[in-house]
Amino acid sequence: MTSISGRYAIVGIGESDVGRHLGRSGMALHLEAMTRALTDAGLDKTSVDGLLTRPSRSDPQFNYSAVLAGRLGIQPTYFSDVALGGASSASMILDAVAAIEAGFCTTVLCVNGDAQTSRGANRRAGLTNWIEDFERPFGMLGAPESYGLSARRHMYEYGTTSEQFGAIAVACRKHAGLTPNATFRTPMTLMDHQASRFVAEPFRLLDCCPVTDAAGAVIVTSAERARDLAQPPVFLLGLGQGFTHADLPYAPSMTTVAMRGASQRAYAMAKLGPEDIDLAELYDCFTYVVLLTLEDYGFCKKGEGGAFVEDGRIELGGALPVNTGGGLLSQAHASGSLLVTEAAIQMRGAAGARQVAGAETAIVSGQCGVTGINVCLILGKHPN
Amino acid sequence: MSRPVVPVANFDTQPFWDGCARGELLLQRCTACQAYRHPPSPICPHCLSDQHAWVAASGRGKVYTFVVVRETRARGWDKMVPYVVAVIELEEGPRMLTNLTSVAPEAVTIEMPVEVTFAELDGTTKLPLFQPR
Repeated sequence: MTSISGRYAIVGIGESDVGRHLGRSGMALHLEAMTRALTDAGLDKTSVDGLLTRPSRSDPQFNYSAVLAGRLGIQPTYFSDVALGGASSASMILDAVAAIEAGFCTTVLCVNGDAQTSRGANRRAGLTNWIEDFERPFGMLGAPESYGLSARRHMYEYGTTSEQFGAIAVACRKHAGLTPNATFRTPMTLMDHQASRFVAEPFRLLDCCPVTDAAGAVIVTSAERARDLAQPPVFLLGLGQGFTHADLPYAPSMTTVAMRGASQRAYAMAKLGPEDIDLAELYDCFTYVVLLTLEDYGFCKKGEGGAFVEDGRIELGGALPVNTGGGLLSQAHASGSLLVTEAAIQMRGAAGARQVAGAETAIVSGQCGVTGINVCLILGKHPN
Repeated sequence: MSRPVVPVANFDTQPFWDGCARGELLLQRCTACQAYRHPPSPICPHCLSDQHAWVAASGRGKVYTFVVVRETRARGWDKMVPYVVAVIELEEGPRMLTNLTSVAPEAVTIEMPVEVTFAELDGTTKLPLFQPR
Protein backbone atom coordinates (compact mmCIF):
# COMPACT_ATOMS: atom_id res chain seq x y z
CA MET A 1 0.00 0.00 0.00
CA THR A 2 1.26 3.45 -0.94
CA SER A 3 1.89 5.67 2.07
CA ILE A 4 -0.10 8.90 2.37
CA SER A 5 2.77 10.47 4.33
CA GLY A 6 3.41 13.98 3.02
CA ARG A 7 0.56 13.88 0.51
CA TYR A 8 -1.90 16.10 2.44
CA ALA A 9 -1.49 19.55 3.96
CA ILE A 10 -3.09 22.19 6.19
CA VAL A 11 -3.66 25.27 4.02
CA GLY A 12 -5.84 27.56 6.14
CA ILE A 13 -5.89 28.48 9.83
CA GLY A 14 -8.61 30.30 11.76
CA GLU A 15 -8.86 31.07 15.46
CA SER A 16 -11.89 32.68 17.08
CA ASP A 17 -11.47 35.41 19.67
CA VAL A 18 -10.67 33.73 23.00
CA GLY A 19 -11.35 34.57 26.62
CA ARG A 20 -13.78 33.97 29.46
CA HIS A 21 -17.43 34.99 29.60
CA LEU A 22 -17.41 36.32 26.03
CA GLY A 23 -21.19 36.14 25.97
CA ARG A 24 -21.23 34.40 22.62
CA SER A 25 -22.57 31.02 21.59
CA GLY A 26 -20.32 28.09 20.78
CA MET A 27 -21.65 28.18 17.24
CA ALA A 28 -20.72 31.85 16.87
CA LEU A 29 -17.14 30.96 17.86
CA HIS A 30 -17.08 28.05 15.43
CA LEU A 31 -18.32 30.21 12.56
CA GLU A 32 -15.78 32.92 13.37
CA ALA A 33 -12.91 30.44 13.31
CA MET A 34 -14.22 28.89 10.09
CA THR A 35 -14.60 32.17 8.19
CA ARG A 36 -11.15 33.27 9.35
CA ALA A 37 -9.66 29.99 8.09
CA LEU A 38 -11.29 30.57 4.70
CA THR A 39 -9.90 34.10 4.54
CA ASP A 40 -6.45 32.88 5.61
CA ALA A 41 -6.46 30.23 2.90
CA GLY A 42 -7.76 32.62 0.28
CA LEU A 43 -10.47 30.10 -0.51
CA ASP A 44 -14.06 30.85 -1.42
CA LYS A 45 -16.55 28.95 0.74
CA THR A 46 -17.84 27.12 -2.34
CA SER A 47 -14.51 25.32 -2.69
CA VAL A 48 -15.09 23.63 0.68
CA ASP A 49 -16.80 20.30 0.04
CA GLY A 50 -15.98 18.61 3.35
CA LEU A 51 -16.93 19.64 6.89
CA LEU A 52 -15.99 18.02 10.19
CA THR A 53 -16.91 19.26 13.61
CA ARG A 54 -17.69 18.23 17.14
CA PRO A 55 -21.04 19.31 18.53
CA SER A 56 -20.64 22.21 20.93
CA ARG A 57 -21.48 21.16 24.48
CA SER A 58 -22.82 24.59 25.35
CA ASP A 59 -25.24 24.55 22.38
CA PRO A 60 -25.65 20.82 21.72
CA GLN A 61 -27.33 20.36 18.38
CA PHE A 62 -28.47 17.31 16.49
CA ASN A 63 -26.58 16.74 13.20
CA TYR A 64 -24.32 19.64 14.08
CA SER A 65 -22.03 19.38 11.04
CA ALA A 66 -25.12 19.81 8.87
CA VAL A 67 -26.31 22.74 10.97
CA LEU A 68 -22.94 24.45 10.48
CA ALA A 69 -23.01 23.74 6.74
CA GLY A 70 -26.39 25.43 6.57
CA ARG A 71 -25.21 28.45 8.56
CA LEU A 72 -22.15 28.72 6.33
CA GLY A 73 -24.32 28.33 3.22
CA ILE A 74 -22.40 25.42 1.69
CA GLN A 75 -23.44 21.98 0.44
CA PRO A 76 -20.59 19.62 1.35
CA THR A 77 -20.35 16.15 -0.21
CA TYR A 78 -18.76 14.74 2.97
CA PHE A 79 -19.54 15.84 6.53
CA SER A 80 -19.66 14.25 9.94
CA ASP A 81 -19.76 14.89 13.67
CA VAL A 82 -16.60 13.60 15.34
CA ALA A 83 -17.39 13.04 19.01
CA LEU A 84 -14.14 11.96 20.65
CA GLY A 85 -13.79 14.71 23.22
CA GLY A 86 -10.34 16.26 23.39
CA ALA A 87 -9.07 13.94 20.69
CA SER A 88 -11.62 15.24 18.19
CA SER A 89 -9.50 18.07 16.80
CA ALA A 90 -6.68 15.71 15.83
CA SER A 91 -9.04 12.92 14.87
CA MET A 92 -10.77 15.19 12.35
CA ILE A 93 -7.48 15.44 10.47
CA LEU A 94 -7.40 11.65 10.07
CA ASP A 95 -11.00 11.64 8.89
CA ALA A 96 -10.32 14.51 6.47
CA VAL A 97 -7.41 12.68 4.88
CA ALA A 98 -9.39 9.44 4.64
CA ALA A 99 -12.31 11.22 3.00
CA ILE A 100 -10.12 13.00 0.45
CA GLU A 101 -8.16 9.81 -0.24
CA ALA A 102 -11.46 8.03 -0.93
CA GLY A 103 -12.60 10.76 -3.28
CA PHE A 104 -15.61 11.86 -1.22
CA CYS A 105 -14.37 15.45 -1.21
CA THR A 106 -11.30 17.54 -1.96
CA THR A 107 -11.11 20.27 0.71
CA VAL A 108 -12.19 19.78 4.31
CA LEU A 109 -12.93 22.45 6.91
CA CYS A 110 -12.34 21.07 10.45
CA VAL A 111 -13.56 23.03 13.46
CA ASN A 112 -13.73 22.37 17.20
CA GLY A 113 -14.12 24.41 20.36
CA ASP A 114 -16.78 25.62 22.73
CA ALA A 115 -18.18 28.46 24.83
CA GLN A 116 -17.34 26.83 28.15
CA THR A 117 -17.93 29.89 30.33
CA SER A 118 -20.83 31.50 28.47
CA ARG A 119 -23.49 28.91 28.95
CA GLY A 120 -25.72 30.71 31.42
CA ALA A 121 -28.41 32.06 29.16
CA ASN A 122 -28.68 28.80 27.32
CA ARG A 123 -29.04 26.55 30.31
CA ARG A 124 -32.00 28.01 32.15
CA ALA A 125 -34.72 25.71 30.91
CA GLY A 126 -32.85 22.93 29.19
CA LEU A 127 -33.52 24.67 25.91
CA THR A 128 -30.11 24.82 24.44
CA ASN A 129 -30.24 25.72 20.78
CA TRP A 130 -32.17 27.88 18.42
CA ILE A 131 -33.65 24.99 16.47
CA GLU A 132 -35.43 23.98 19.63
CA ASP A 133 -35.98 27.64 20.41
CA PHE A 134 -38.00 28.01 17.20
CA GLU A 135 -39.61 24.59 17.05
CA ARG A 136 -40.43 23.06 20.42
CA PRO A 137 -42.33 26.06 21.82
CA PHE A 138 -44.68 25.63 18.85
CA GLY A 139 -45.35 21.99 19.61
CA MET A 140 -43.07 20.69 16.88
CA LEU A 141 -41.80 17.96 19.12
CA GLY A 142 -40.60 15.17 16.96
CA ALA A 143 -40.30 13.41 13.68
CA PRO A 144 -43.98 13.02 12.67
CA GLU A 145 -44.57 16.77 12.68
CA SER A 146 -41.31 17.54 10.87
CA TYR A 147 -41.62 14.98 8.11
CA GLY A 148 -45.34 15.72 7.86
CA LEU A 149 -44.53 19.26 6.73
CA SER A 150 -42.59 17.86 3.78
CA ALA A 151 -45.26 15.24 3.01
CA ARG A 152 -48.04 17.84 3.00
CA ARG A 153 -46.04 19.98 0.59
CA HIS A 154 -45.50 16.98 -1.72
CA MET A 155 -49.24 16.27 -1.70
CA TYR A 156 -49.89 19.91 -2.60
CA GLU A 157 -47.31 20.10 -5.37
CA TYR A 158 -47.93 16.70 -6.97
CA GLY A 159 -51.32 15.39 -5.84
CA THR A 160 -49.79 12.54 -3.82
CA THR A 161 -52.33 10.67 -1.68
CA SER A 162 -52.55 8.94 1.68
CA GLU A 163 -53.46 5.71 -0.14
CA GLN A 164 -50.11 5.91 -1.94
CA PHE A 165 -48.34 6.25 1.42
CA GLY A 166 -50.35 3.19 2.46
CA ALA A 167 -49.03 1.10 -0.42
CA ILE A 168 -45.55 1.49 1.09
CA ALA A 169 -46.69 0.39 4.55
CA VAL A 170 -48.42 -2.64 3.02
CA ALA A 171 -45.32 -3.65 1.02
CA CYS A 172 -43.05 -3.44 4.06
CA ARG A 173 -45.47 -5.51 6.16
CA LYS A 174 -45.78 -8.13 3.44
CA HIS A 175 -42.00 -8.48 3.30
CA ALA A 176 -41.72 -8.64 7.09
CA GLY A 177 -44.08 -11.61 6.96
CA LEU A 178 -41.37 -13.46 5.03
CA THR A 179 -38.60 -12.32 7.38
CA PRO A 180 -38.10 -14.48 10.48
CA ASN A 181 -36.18 -11.72 12.31
CA ALA A 182 -38.86 -9.02 11.94
CA THR A 183 -40.97 -7.41 14.66
CA PHE A 184 -44.31 -6.76 12.94
CA ARG A 185 -45.42 -9.71 10.81
CA THR A 186 -49.22 -9.66 11.06
CA PRO A 187 -50.62 -9.01 7.55
CA MET A 188 -51.80 -5.45 6.84
CA THR A 189 -54.12 -4.24 4.09
CA LEU A 190 -54.54 -0.83 2.52
CA MET A 191 -57.88 -0.66 4.34
CA ASP A 192 -56.08 -1.22 7.65
CA HIS A 193 -53.79 1.68 6.80
CA GLN A 194 -56.65 3.97 5.82
CA ALA A 195 -58.56 3.06 8.98
CA SER A 196 -55.63 3.92 11.24
CA ARG A 197 -55.98 7.24 13.07
CA PHE A 198 -54.19 10.44 12.16
CA VAL A 199 -51.19 11.20 14.37
CA ALA A 200 -49.68 14.24 12.66
CA GLU A 201 -51.98 14.70 9.70
CA PRO A 202 -51.26 13.87 6.85
CA PHE A 203 -49.55 10.93 8.63
CA ARG A 204 -51.66 8.13 10.03
CA LEU A 205 -50.39 5.79 12.72
CA LEU A 206 -49.41 3.18 10.11
CA ASP A 207 -47.31 5.74 8.22
CA CYS A 208 -44.95 5.96 11.21
CA CYS A 209 -42.27 3.39 12.03
CA PRO A 210 -42.69 2.07 15.57
CA VAL A 211 -39.88 2.30 18.10
CA THR A 212 -38.18 -1.05 18.67
CA ASP A 213 -35.10 -2.60 20.26
CA ALA A 214 -32.64 -3.79 17.62
CA ALA A 215 -29.12 -3.39 16.28
CA GLY A 216 -27.18 -4.34 13.19
CA ALA A 217 -23.45 -4.60 12.49
CA VAL A 218 -21.27 -5.19 9.45
CA ILE A 219 -17.54 -5.66 8.88
CA VAL A 220 -15.79 -3.89 6.02
CA THR A 221 -12.40 -4.86 4.61
CA SER A 222 -10.61 -4.78 1.27
CA ALA A 223 -11.82 -6.93 -1.61
CA GLU A 224 -8.37 -8.52 -1.58
CA ARG A 225 -8.63 -9.64 2.05
CA ALA A 226 -12.27 -10.64 1.52
CA ARG A 227 -11.14 -13.48 -0.73
CA ASP A 228 -9.69 -15.42 2.23
CA LEU A 229 -12.71 -15.08 4.51
CA ALA A 230 -15.64 -17.36 5.24
CA GLN A 231 -18.50 -15.54 3.49
CA PRO A 232 -19.03 -14.52 -0.12
CA PRO A 233 -18.07 -10.83 -0.22
CA VAL A 234 -20.65 -8.15 -0.93
CA PHE A 235 -18.85 -5.47 -2.91
CA LEU A 236 -19.16 -1.72 -2.29
CA LEU A 237 -19.72 -0.27 -5.76
CA GLY A 238 -21.03 3.21 -5.06
CA LEU A 239 -20.91 5.52 -2.05
CA GLY A 240 -22.29 9.03 -1.86
CA GLN A 241 -23.29 11.59 0.74
CA GLY A 242 -25.61 14.54 0.19
CA PHE A 243 -26.73 17.62 2.08
CA THR A 244 -29.44 20.16 1.38
CA HIS A 245 -30.60 21.45 4.77
CA ALA A 246 -30.32 21.05 8.53
CA ASP A 247 -33.80 22.42 9.32
CA LEU A 248 -36.67 21.28 7.11
CA PRO A 249 -38.83 24.41 7.60
CA TYR A 250 -36.08 26.48 5.95
CA ALA A 251 -35.02 23.98 3.25
CA PRO A 252 -34.49 25.48 -0.21
CA SER A 253 -36.91 22.81 -1.45
CA MET A 254 -39.03 20.51 0.70
CA THR A 255 -39.52 17.97 -2.09
CA THR A 256 -36.15 17.71 -3.88
CA VAL A 257 -33.67 16.94 -1.15
CA ALA A 258 -30.36 15.37 -0.07
CA MET A 259 -31.17 11.98 -1.62
CA ARG A 260 -30.63 13.43 -5.07
CA GLY A 261 -26.98 14.48 -4.65
CA ALA A 262 -26.11 11.41 -2.58
CA SER A 263 -27.44 9.01 -5.22
CA GLN A 264 -25.86 10.90 -8.10
CA ARG A 265 -22.45 10.53 -6.44
CA ALA A 266 -23.03 6.83 -5.72
CA TYR A 267 -24.20 6.13 -9.28
CA ALA A 268 -21.20 7.98 -10.69
CA MET A 269 -18.76 5.97 -8.57
CA ALA A 270 -20.47 2.69 -9.46
CA LYS A 271 -20.87 3.64 -13.14
CA LEU A 272 -24.45 2.41 -12.77
CA GLY A 273 -27.85 4.06 -13.03
CA PRO A 274 -31.22 3.40 -11.41
CA GLU A 275 -32.11 1.07 -14.29
CA ASP A 276 -29.27 -1.24 -13.17
CA ILE A 277 -30.53 -1.65 -9.58
CA ASP A 278 -32.33 -4.90 -8.65
CA LEU A 279 -33.67 -3.98 -5.19
CA ALA A 280 -33.75 -1.05 -2.81
CA GLU A 281 -33.48 -0.78 0.99
CA LEU A 282 -34.70 2.76 1.66
CA TYR A 283 -34.81 4.48 5.04
CA ASP A 284 -38.50 4.49 5.96
CA CYS A 285 -39.01 6.27 9.26
CA PHE A 286 -42.23 7.30 7.51
CA THR A 287 -43.87 5.79 4.44
CA TYR A 288 -43.59 9.08 2.56
CA VAL A 289 -39.80 9.13 2.86
CA VAL A 290 -39.60 5.99 0.67
CA LEU A 291 -41.67 7.74 -2.01
CA LEU A 292 -39.44 10.81 -1.88
CA THR A 293 -36.28 8.69 -2.02
CA LEU A 294 -37.52 6.71 -5.03
CA GLU A 295 -37.94 10.02 -6.88
CA ASP A 296 -34.61 11.55 -5.88
CA TYR A 297 -32.80 8.24 -6.51
CA GLY A 298 -34.09 8.44 -10.07
CA PHE A 299 -36.44 5.44 -10.15
CA CYS A 300 -39.21 7.72 -11.40
CA LYS A 301 -39.60 11.39 -12.20
CA LYS A 302 -40.14 14.02 -9.52
CA GLY A 303 -43.78 13.97 -8.52
CA GLU A 304 -44.42 10.45 -9.84
CA GLY A 305 -43.42 8.58 -6.68
CA GLY A 306 -47.05 8.15 -5.69
CA ALA A 307 -47.97 6.30 -8.87
CA PHE A 308 -44.68 4.35 -8.76
CA VAL A 309 -45.40 2.68 -5.42
CA GLU A 310 -48.90 1.51 -6.42
CA ASP A 311 -49.98 -1.85 -7.87
CA GLY A 312 -47.33 -3.91 -6.10
CA ARG A 313 -44.44 -2.40 -8.05
CA ILE A 314 -42.30 -2.15 -4.91
CA GLU A 315 -43.32 -5.56 -3.54
CA LEU A 316 -41.39 -8.81 -4.02
CA GLY A 317 -42.11 -9.90 -7.60
CA GLY A 318 -42.61 -6.27 -8.64
CA ALA A 319 -40.35 -4.14 -10.83
CA LEU A 320 -38.28 -2.86 -7.87
CA PRO A 321 -38.67 -4.70 -4.56
CA VAL A 322 -38.23 -2.19 -1.73
CA ASN A 323 -37.39 -2.97 1.89
CA THR A 324 -37.36 -6.72 1.41
CA GLY A 325 -36.81 -7.37 5.11
CA GLY A 326 -39.71 -5.17 6.19
CA GLY A 327 -37.80 -1.92 6.69
CA LEU A 328 -38.00 0.30 9.74
CA LEU A 329 -41.78 0.23 9.34
CA SER A 330 -42.14 -3.50 9.99
CA GLN A 331 -38.78 -5.16 10.72
CA ALA A 332 -37.19 -2.81 13.29
CA HIS A 333 -35.79 0.72 13.52
CA ALA A 334 -32.16 0.02 14.46
CA SER A 335 -31.25 3.41 12.92
CA GLY A 336 -31.28 1.86 9.49
CA SER A 337 -28.58 -0.71 10.21
CA LEU A 338 -30.87 -3.58 9.21
CA LEU A 339 -31.34 -2.00 5.78
CA VAL A 340 -27.60 -2.50 5.27
CA THR A 341 -27.59 -6.07 6.59
CA GLU A 342 -30.67 -6.96 4.50
CA ALA A 343 -29.09 -5.59 1.32
CA ALA A 344 -25.97 -7.66 2.03
CA ILE A 345 -28.04 -10.80 2.76
CA GLN A 346 -29.81 -10.33 -0.59
CA MET A 347 -26.47 -9.94 -2.39
CA ARG A 348 -25.26 -13.18 -0.82
CA GLY A 349 -28.43 -14.85 -2.15
CA ALA A 350 -29.23 -15.94 1.40
CA ALA A 351 -32.63 -14.30 1.95
CA GLY A 352 -34.69 -17.49 1.72
CA ALA A 353 -38.40 -16.94 1.06
CA ARG A 354 -37.86 -13.23 0.45
CA GLN A 355 -34.85 -13.60 -1.86
CA VAL A 356 -35.09 -11.42 -4.97
CA ALA A 357 -34.26 -13.97 -7.67
CA GLY A 358 -31.08 -13.21 -9.55
CA ALA A 359 -30.43 -9.96 -7.68
CA GLU A 360 -26.91 -8.63 -8.31
CA THR A 361 -27.19 -4.99 -7.22
CA ALA A 362 -28.86 -3.29 -4.27
CA ILE A 363 -29.17 0.36 -3.29
CA VAL A 364 -29.38 1.49 0.34
CA SER A 365 -30.51 4.85 1.73
CA GLY A 366 -29.38 6.19 5.12
CA GLN A 367 -31.24 9.34 5.97
CA CYS A 368 -31.62 11.94 8.69
CA GLY A 369 -32.09 15.65 9.30
CA VAL A 370 -35.66 15.44 8.01
CA THR A 371 -34.53 14.61 4.44
CA GLY A 372 -31.62 17.09 4.50
CA ILE A 373 -28.88 14.50 5.04
CA ASN A 374 -28.54 11.33 2.98
CA VAL A 375 -25.96 8.62 2.46
CA CYS A 376 -26.42 6.29 -0.51
CA LEU A 377 -24.72 2.90 -0.87
CA ILE A 378 -24.75 0.67 -3.94
CA LEU A 379 -23.83 -2.93 -3.15
CA GLY A 380 -23.04 -5.64 -5.67
CA LYS A 381 -22.73 -9.41 -5.87
CA HIS A 382 -19.78 -8.83 -8.24
CA PRO A 383 -16.96 -6.26 -8.07
CA ASN A 384 -18.24 -4.49 -11.23
CA MET B 1 -52.48 30.31 27.10
CA SER B 2 -50.39 27.76 28.92
CA ARG B 3 -47.73 25.87 27.03
CA PRO B 4 -45.46 23.08 28.23
CA VAL B 5 -42.40 24.66 26.58
CA VAL B 6 -41.61 28.34 26.36
CA PRO B 7 -38.79 29.80 24.26
CA VAL B 8 -35.65 30.76 26.17
CA ALA B 9 -33.54 33.26 24.32
CA ASN B 10 -29.84 32.60 23.81
CA PHE B 11 -27.05 34.94 22.72
CA ASP B 12 -28.07 34.73 19.08
CA THR B 13 -31.83 34.91 19.47
CA GLN B 14 -32.37 37.39 22.34
CA PRO B 15 -33.24 40.38 20.09
CA PHE B 16 -35.90 38.33 18.29
CA TRP B 17 -37.66 37.50 21.56
CA ASP B 18 -37.23 41.03 22.87
CA GLY B 19 -39.04 42.18 19.72
CA CYS B 20 -41.87 39.72 20.29
CA ALA B 21 -42.27 41.03 23.86
CA ARG B 22 -42.85 44.49 22.35
CA GLY B 23 -45.23 43.10 19.73
CA GLU B 24 -42.72 43.37 16.90
CA LEU B 25 -41.73 40.60 14.52
CA LEU B 26 -38.02 41.12 13.83
CA LEU B 27 -35.81 39.58 11.17
CA GLN B 28 -32.05 39.67 10.87
CA ARG B 29 -30.91 41.50 7.76
CA CYS B 30 -27.33 41.34 6.52
CA THR B 31 -25.76 44.79 6.49
CA ALA B 32 -23.37 43.77 3.71
CA CYS B 33 -25.65 42.06 1.17
CA GLN B 34 -29.10 43.06 2.50
CA ALA B 35 -30.36 39.44 2.62
CA TYR B 36 -32.96 38.61 5.27
CA ARG B 37 -32.47 35.46 7.31
CA HIS B 38 -34.35 33.33 9.83
CA PRO B 39 -33.77 31.62 12.20
CA PRO B 40 -31.14 33.98 13.59
CA SER B 41 -27.50 33.15 12.86
CA PRO B 42 -24.18 34.82 13.77
CA ILE B 43 -23.19 35.10 10.09
CA CYS B 44 -24.92 35.59 6.74
CA PRO B 45 -25.22 32.26 4.89
CA HIS B 46 -24.84 34.11 1.58
CA CYS B 47 -21.84 36.41 2.05
CA LEU B 48 -20.50 35.31 5.50
CA SER B 49 -20.63 38.85 6.91
CA ASP B 50 -21.07 38.98 10.69
CA GLN B 51 -22.70 42.42 10.50
CA HIS B 52 -26.47 42.54 10.67
CA ALA B 53 -29.42 44.71 11.68
CA TRP B 54 -32.70 43.66 13.27
CA VAL B 55 -35.53 45.03 11.17
CA ALA B 56 -39.29 44.89 11.64
CA ALA B 57 -41.05 42.49 9.28
CA SER B 58 -44.50 43.28 7.88
CA GLY B 59 -45.90 40.32 9.80
CA ARG B 60 -47.73 39.16 6.68
CA GLY B 61 -47.18 35.97 4.76
CA LYS B 62 -48.85 32.83 3.49
CA VAL B 63 -48.98 29.21 4.58
CA TYR B 64 -46.24 27.20 2.87
CA THR B 65 -47.10 23.86 4.50
CA PHE B 66 -48.63 22.55 7.73
CA VAL B 67 -49.47 19.51 9.82
CA VAL B 68 -52.37 18.97 12.15
CA VAL B 69 -51.09 17.37 15.34
CA ARG B 70 -53.93 15.15 16.48
CA GLU B 71 -52.12 12.82 18.88
CA THR B 72 -49.04 13.15 21.04
CA ARG B 73 -47.84 11.55 24.22
CA ALA B 74 -45.73 14.58 25.11
CA ARG B 75 -46.72 15.83 28.52
CA GLY B 76 -48.77 19.01 28.31
CA TRP B 77 -49.09 18.96 24.55
CA ASP B 78 -51.55 16.07 24.80
CA LYS B 79 -54.02 18.55 26.27
CA MET B 80 -53.59 20.95 23.33
CA VAL B 81 -54.44 18.63 20.43
CA PRO B 82 -55.54 19.18 17.78
CA TYR B 83 -53.22 22.05 16.92
CA VAL B 84 -51.71 23.26 13.65
CA VAL B 85 -47.94 23.50 13.15
CA ALA B 86 -47.36 25.63 10.07
CA VAL B 87 -44.49 27.03 8.05
CA ILE B 88 -45.21 30.58 6.91
CA GLU B 89 -43.49 32.18 3.94
CA LEU B 90 -43.04 35.78 5.03
CA GLU B 91 -43.39 38.67 2.60
CA GLU B 92 -39.68 39.42 3.15
CA GLY B 93 -38.71 35.93 1.94
CA PRO B 94 -37.65 33.83 4.96
CA ARG B 95 -39.90 31.11 6.27
CA MET B 96 -40.95 30.86 9.91
CA LEU B 97 -42.30 27.92 11.92
CA THR B 98 -45.33 28.77 14.01
CA ASN B 99 -48.83 27.73 15.04
CA LEU B 100 -52.01 28.91 13.37
CA THR B 101 -54.68 30.36 15.60
CA SER B 102 -58.26 31.61 15.10
CA VAL B 103 -58.88 28.98 12.43
CA ALA B 104 -60.21 25.42 12.51
CA PRO B 105 -57.58 22.84 11.47
CA GLU B 106 -59.94 21.61 8.74
CA ALA B 107 -60.07 25.08 7.18
CA VAL B 108 -56.30 25.53 6.78
CA THR B 109 -54.94 25.45 3.23
CA ILE B 110 -51.53 25.99 1.67
CA GLU B 111 -51.24 29.54 0.27
CA MET B 112 -53.74 30.85 2.84
CA PRO B 113 -52.85 34.53 3.61
CA VAL B 114 -51.95 35.03 7.27
CA GLU B 115 -50.67 37.70 9.64
CA VAL B 116 -48.77 37.62 12.90
CA THR B 117 -50.43 37.89 16.29
CA PHE B 118 -48.63 37.68 19.62
CA ALA B 119 -49.73 35.31 22.35
CA GLU B 120 -48.69 36.14 25.89
CA LEU B 121 -47.17 33.15 27.61
CA ASP B 122 -45.89 33.99 31.07
CA GLY B 123 -46.00 37.73 31.47
CA THR B 124 -42.57 38.31 29.94
CA THR B 125 -42.54 36.13 26.85
CA LYS B 126 -44.77 36.53 23.81
CA LEU B 127 -44.97 33.90 21.09
CA PRO B 128 -45.49 34.93 17.43
CA LEU B 129 -48.48 33.00 16.10
CA PHE B 130 -50.28 33.53 12.81
CA GLN B 131 -53.96 33.88 11.93
CA PRO B 132 -55.92 34.25 8.67
CA ARG B 133 -56.12 37.79 7.30
